[in-house]
Amino acid sequence: MSKTMTQQEALQEYLLRLADSDMILGQRLCELCGKAPALEEEMALMNVALDLVGQARNWYEYAAELIDDGRSADELAFRRDAHDYRNALMVEQPNGDYAVTMGRQFFFDAWHYFTIAALTKAPDERIASIAAKAAKEVQYHLRRSSEWVKRFGDGTEESHQRMQTAVDDLWRFTGEMIEADEVEQTLFKAGIGPDPEQLVADWKGLVNEVLAEATLTPPPEDAWMYRGAKVGHHTEHLGFILAEMQFLQRAYPDAKTW
Amino acid sequence: MADWPLYEVFVRSKHGLNHKHVGSVHAADAEMAMENARDLYTRRSEGVSIWVVPSSAITASSPDEKEILFDPSDDKVYRHASFYKLPDEVGHM
Repeated sequence: MSKTMTQQEALQEYLLRLADSDMILGQRLCELCGKAPALEEEMALMNVALDLVGQARNWYEYAAELIDDGRSADELAFRRDAHDYRNALMVEQPNGDYAVTMGRQFFFDAWHYFTIAALTKAPDERIASIAAKAAKEVQYHLRRSSEWVKRFGDGTEESHQRMQTAVDDLWRFTGEMIEADEVEQTLFKAGIGPDPEQLVADWKGLVNEVLAEATLTPPPEDAWMYRGAKVGHHTEHLGFILAEMQFLQRAYPDAKTW
Repeated sequence: MADWPLYEVFVRSKHGLNHKHVGSVHAADAEMAMENARDLYTRRSEGVSIWVVPSSAITASSPDEKEILFDPSDDKVYRHASFYKLPDEVGHM
C-alpha cells in the first residue's frame, strides 16, 4: 500500500477482504455437504455457509459499484485469482477433523462478530445496513462455534486433545486476522470499522474466556504468526479452493443456460 | 454421535397459539438440541418459539392398549356437539 492511499481505495480493499473471507469460508463449509458427522450438524453447517455466501454477495455488490470498472459481483468472486483474493488465511485452512472445523469457525466468528458490530455504526448507510443484517447471523454463528469449542475442550479425553491440537495449529493464522494494517487504520479514522486496538482486546478477551471454560490452554502470547493474506500472499490451499469454486465460470464464462 | 440422546422438537408458529410437535433431533445436550432444532425446523421462518424435550421424558400410550383406551369413545356420539339438535330460535352459536 502506498502512503497516499485514499479512503476510497481503502474502502474498496476492505470490502473485498470482508467479501472474500465470507466467500472462502462459505465454500470451505460447503465441502462438508453430504459428509458432516451428523444430519443435524450438516444442516447447521450449510445454514452458516449460506449466511456467509449471502453476506459475501452483499459486500461484493457494493465493492463492484465502488470499483466501477465494469466487473460485477460475480466476476469479482469467480474471475479473480489467488493473488487478488484478500480473505484471511484462517478461512482457507482445510476442514480437518470436526475440532479443526469448529476451531477455525470460532476464531473467525469471534473476529467477525466484533467487526460486524462496529460496521453497523458506520456513517456509510450501505455498509451499516449490510452489517445490521449480518450481525444477527454472525451472533448465532459465534454462539454455535463457541459452544462446540467448549464441549470438545471440556468433553472426553480424546475430544479435549483434538480441540487443543486444533487451537494450537490454527493459532498462527489469528494474528493477521485481528491486527489492523493501513487499510483498517485509514477506515477507522473515517469512522468505518472497529477501533483496531479495541478489536484485538475484545477478540483476545472473548477467546481466552471460551478457551478457559473449555479447559484449553491458550497458545503463548509471543507465538509466531503467518502474514500476507492482506496483500494476496496465501497458503497453498487457496488455489485449490478457487480451482474448484471458479471452474464453471472459467470454463463457460457467463453461461446462462442451465 | 451415535450415542447422542434424542430430543423432541415443538415449534410455535407466528400465528399459532400453541407449540406443535414437528420432529426430533439428536444432540449432545439440551442447548445444542435447541440450536439443531433452530437449524432444522425454522429455516423457512416457521417459528417464533422452540421447545426441546428429551424423548426419554415422554411417557407414551402403548399400542397394545389402543382398544381399551380409544374404542369406548367410538360409540358415544352424544359427546359431540353436533349430536344435539338446536332449536331454530337459538340461531348460530
